[in-house]
Amino acid sequence: MDTTGRGRPRFSWLTDRWLAGLFVSPTLIILLFIAIYPLIWSLSASFTDRTLLSRPDQINSVGFENYVDLLNDNRAWQRFVVTAQIVVPSVLIELLLGFAVAMLLNRKFGGRGVIMTVILIPMMLSPVVVALFWRFMMQGDGILNYYIQALGGQPVLWLSSPSVIPWSVVLVDVWMWTPFMMLIALAGLSAVPKYLYEAAEVDRAGAWFRFRHITLPIVTPLLMIGIIFRTMDAYKMIDTIFVLVGDRGGAGRAAQTAGLYVYDTAIKGFDTGVGSAYGYIMLVVIIALANLLIRQLNKVKG
Amino acid sequence: MSSLTITNLSKRFGRKQALDDLTLTVKDGEFLVLLGPTAAGKTTTLRCVAGLEKLDSGTVALDGAVVNGLSPAERDLALVFQTYALYPRKSAFENMAFPLLARDWPPDRIRQRVNEVATLLRITELLERRPAQMSGGQQQRVALGRAMVRNPRLFLMDEPLTNLDFKLRVEMRAELKRLQSELAATFFYVTNDQVEAMSMADRIAVLDHGKLQQVDTPERIYDHPANLFVAQFVGSPRMNTINCRYDADQAALISADGVLKLPLTDAQRAAVANATDSSALIFGCRPEDVSIHADGTVDGKVFVLEPLGDRTFVDVHVGGATVRVRAAAAYRAEEGERVRLAFDLPRCHVFDAVSGLTLF
Repeated sequence: MDTTGRGRPRFSWLTDRWLAGLFVSPTLIILLFIAIYPLIWSLSASFTDRTLLSRPDQINSVGFENYVDLLNDNRAWQRFVVTAQIVVPSVLIELLLGFAVAMLLNRKFGGRGVIMTVILIPMMLSPVVVALFWRFMMQGDGILNYYIQALGGQPVLWLSSPSVIPWSVVLVDVWMWTPFMMLIALAGLSAVPKYLYEAAEVDRAGAWFRFRHITLPIVTPLLMIGIIFRTMDAYKMIDTIFVLVGDRGGAGRAAQTAGLYVYDTAIKGFDTGVGSAYGYIMLVVIIALANLLIRQLNKVKG
Repeated sequence: MSSLTITNLSKRFGRKQALDDLTLTVKDGEFLVLLGPTAAGKTTTLRCVAGLEKLDSGTVALDGAVVNGLSPAERDLALVFQTYALYPRKSAFENMAFPLLARDWPPDRIRQRVNEVATLLRITELLERRPAQMSGGQQQRVALGRAMVRNPRLFLMDEPLTNLDFKLRVEMRAELKRLQSELAATFFYVTNDQVEAMSMADRIAVLDHGKLQQVDTPERIYDHPANLFVAQFVGSPRMNTINCRYDADQAALISADGVLKLPLTDAQRAAVANATDSSALIFGCRPEDVSIHADGTVDGKVFVLEPLGDRTFVDVHVGGATVRVRAAAAYRAEEGERVRLAFDLPRCHVFDAVSGLTLF
């Protein structure tokens, strides 16, 4: 062993660059296999008539046929309508409710820390767990209907009526993700300097005027970020609905979102090619939507 | 415009007495500067007047009418913040239009009024810009404009020039003074910069530790400080001070080490007789009231020279004390050189070391 410090060190090939690459490589390899490889594989599959049962020699290229068929298929579009029926009310209610709660919490009072922690709990739970206990509560003889009846109301078919199911999903999503919006809104609210309110007070601005001209303009960009996050997240929601009303979105496919349709087609229907194509249509739609929202964000950031 | 009368104002924050029995009047059309070091209670005073802070006791009155119970909006004052407090996502125009919009003015009248004020402040070309697109000085003008559009009864200014660079500060000093006299407005202006106070104020009120020290014209504050604090806070470089005692036998002021010995006149002796303890006196003299002169009466040794171009400050050791002397620009001396100092005694002061009050 060379202990004199002269001559060639044993790890001379291990330059900083190599070392950096070495440290990053495990993550890179995992990412390559669980994200990049399936992405490319499914893209190529979307142009074939591949099924789960196809032998390699049975797979034929079909060009854009899968895409053309899907775009002409009303049932496929219907899934996007269902998705929107769930995403839009969820995100809107989360936005308003989260902002309102943030306004309430944006002041000093005893027990604020405890209340904050309690409010944040839903967000920290697994969606499957959340969906499971909501399923118990929403059952025909569940605790929700018990209280509704105790108050003299008619029991609601939370999980079996096609007209109610989407709203049940919205309710669960709102319960789980309002804290997220609240957190973001709170970050925005605490970024408003106190002296602006004082200046406005001296300028004789009323409470609504102050909210409209000082609070909102400063908080809006952050709320937009929250909306973007939540929209993208709710758009691809599968787990909650899967557990709540089943893998077809419940009675009449009332809550079968686009994501569940991919699952239904590619896995349960064995139709890998068509399922992959539908997945890519979803991707294009969400990229377009996200771009629109980000453009809005840049506008309000001004 | 209105006059402002603050009577027996006291305010505590927890254990800290921020303001202690403050009584002060700002006359109609007057430029009054409230001067004091950091945490003296200046901003608290301003906030109490604006109605942003509740008083513990005392009254704030506008034109003689007490406004204690009124909200900031009802007092109809304008407040210019140290941080400008411009609404960040609004243009200069929208910022200035804000108080008028809040008062439901019609749009064409708002436009006309904002343009009027913008012309006065020379910012017409900035009206479309947002605060982030303006320099500090420009933001300052817009903040001023927002205060001016509605002819408030009183302008309150909280260190409005502190965040500007030196050159702009000098320019804005002149500008503010011009605006104040053009509008014949009542200004209640808070600063910790004694140069600002000296150059702009009609009268200066010096505040320290929540207590009013002296209210007077800049000249009187400078030449006749009420106490040691005022004497040292106003003036740059600060007043020289040397601990002394009064020797009745020699009728002279003598420093602790005996090196400084200044004979007093009859009037001065009479003043010194009022001291709590005639052996605990502080002699004070400004650098311009002492000179290096062959006929001087006090021996000193040059310690360091600070040439500033138009004048030179010379630190001279007089026994154990250091006296800063203002000398001619061309004055040069070696360190350790022996010199003689001549004090312009009628312009010097003696303070009671116990009470801090000026004896003469």
